[in-house]
Amino acid sequence: MAIIVDEKTRVLIQGITGHQGTFHTKEMLRFGTKVVAGVTPGKGGAEVHGVPVFNEVKEAVDETGANTSLVLVPARFAKDAIIEAIDAGIRTIVVITEHIPFHDTIEIVHYARYKKVTMVGPNCPGVASPGKAKVGIFPNHIFREGNIGVASRSGTLTYEIVDSLSREGFGQSTCVGLGGDPVTGLNFVEVLEMFERDEETRAIVMVGEIGGVAEEEAAEYIKDHISKPVFAFIAGRTAPPEKRMGHAGAIISRGRGTAKSKIEALRKAGVAVAEFPDEIAKLIKENT
Amino acid sequence: MKLLEYQGKHLFERYGIPIPRGRVVDSEEEIKDIPLPCVIKAQVTVGGRGKAGLIKEARSEEEARRVATDLLGKRLKDIPVRKLLVEEKVEIDKEIYLSFSIDTSKRAYLLMANSLGGVDIESIPDEKIVKEWINPLIGLQPFNVRRVVERLNVAQRKEIYDIISGMYRIFKDYDCELVEINPLALTREGKLIALDSKIIVNDDALFRHPDLVEEDEGIDPIEREAKQKGIAFVRLDGNIGVIANGAGLTMATLDALKNYGGDAGVFLDLGGTDDVEKVKQAFQLMKKAKPKVILLNLFGGITKCDTVAKGVELVISEEGIECPIVARIKGVNEEEAREILKNAGIEAVENLHEAARLATEFAKR
Repeated sequence: MAIIVDEKTRVLIQGITGHQGTFHTKEMLRFGTKVVAGVTPGKGGAEVHGVPVFNEVKEAVDETGANTSLVLVPARFAKDAIIEAIDAGIRTIVVITEHIPFHDTIEIVHYARYKKVTMVGPNCPGVASPGKAKVGIFPNHIFREGNIGVASRSGTLTYEIVDSLSREGFGQSTCVGLGGDPVTGLNFVEVLEMFERDEETRAIVMVGEIGGVAEEEAAEYIKDHISKPVFAFIAGRTAPPEKRMGHAGAIISRGRGTAKSKIEALRKAGVAVAEFPDEIAKLIKENT
Repeated sequence: MKLLEYQGKHLFERYGIPIPRGRVVDSEEEIKDIPLPCVIKAQVTVGGRGKAGLIKEARSEEEARRVATDLLGKRLKDIPVRKLLVEEKVEIDKEIYLSFSIDTSKRAYLLMANSLGGVDIESIPDEKIVKEWINPLIGLQPFNVRRVVERLNVAQRKEIYDIISGMYRIFKDYDCELVEINPLALTREGKLIALDSKIIVNDDALFRHPDLVEEDEGIDPIEREAKQKGIAFVRLDGNIGVIANGAGLTMATLDALKNYGGDAGVFLDLGGTDDVEKVKQAFQLMKKAKPKVILLNLFGGITKCDTVAKGVELVISEEGIECPIVARIKGVNEEEAREILKNAGIEAVENLHEAARLATEFAKR
């Protein structure tokens, strides 16, 4: 099974002809992902690593049956690209782009929901289901097939945690990068719900960080709805208030969004919270 | 970007929201033909001006000049006072709180109101705050405003309605994260006047607003330089300079240090880069912050370990780095990176625990 992306995923890359687009097309193909099309307005007819490039999303969807889009276009054009993909019938959109204006993101998120499209990100590393498909920019070598579901607000920290899980023999069903922005298409709660339903997933790892209340909401949800064991790491225990720690969403504002509040809420919900990123594998060993 | 009070009030004026008569000055000589009695308010974007004594009253021009001389050059949380807003003093009958912000969990715009304005909204019990959520695709509807006006229990319904509508237009037109009036004063004459403004414009949307100019508030020059170079740099209280790739990993490194008794003095997120030049810039910024030891924590992926190592080697050979460097290297091309660092005199470790322990040890020497 796996969630969000799997063997049926047919990927279209928006912004395929850029430096990032070209590089990640190759990496995704190597992972075994079915990359079927690319879109860059004005570059229709070109090819990137054998993948045909189209001028518009509708045309690409009609010709190739793409059902999932990876968005790598610059921030100021992202809203346009995403709405175009939604209107062309794309069902899953993964937005890697960072620095999309806040008001654009909030409109896109609502439009995606209205059209019942799954949107992941923005400002995220993507989604990967080892052995099936990767729609994103994670390094390929960190993954291993298995039954741990990972959901994370961070990029590199997720690579680190996934890598240590793989080394300890805990492969992954799906790894979802939720994104480091204050407003994202998917939050922990939605992904927890998907992992709970996914037969392949036996345990869930959450990687959270300071800012917002997504982890606290997840803790509430876990109490009543999640039967699978959940493990977590929360970054930013020592972060000062009112300072934006790299991610737009990573800020303790007016006393809200501290790591302490998140860790306490999760522990109360029965989640085992690790002190160090590399402790998660040990916690899973002890508790499953 | 946080607008200063007077900048926010200029926007209010343009959008039909009443503000007190007044003017902005940056020296005491400019104080003439001012409304009296007046309120003199230091223009800084950090909160707590009232408590810090940076909002004062004056009854005569002479007194106003004395107050201005005193206030200019004072500092609040390290931010120097460079401008003052001199305004007519308003006799207040009632204070109202109004704001538009974004509720990140409901992913909707949030209109908040309360008739106990003038105090920090955080200190008001939740049930006393009137809240109205607005669908971003539909936008503010008249019923949203009516619902709020109804609950505020103020006779000036039409005026409040117009003020809320104006605030919403600013919120949308200027890509704001927050538009707040606290307080909106109901004067003894029955007029509504915005006595303060707090507006935060989303940094990522500034390209759409070339008319907004950030006031030079004398922020940390290294932080400013970092911002220009697109590097996330935050100054902290400790003495260990932390450089890592990725915001989450950098935060986790700070936390790991604390577990071993070390305190970070700099948070520097290298981000996803494979550019030696950017690595050099990051280390040059770090040098300027003069940490006692630098802790480099890398998990190579898109950012390749050897690229970072080359950058470090270049900075060392070209200009030198005075403090010790502890490096923890893992991921793509880690062997090559280790070799390069070794030649530059740095032994890289593989484990974050070991690196945090070593860095703390150096910092305490």
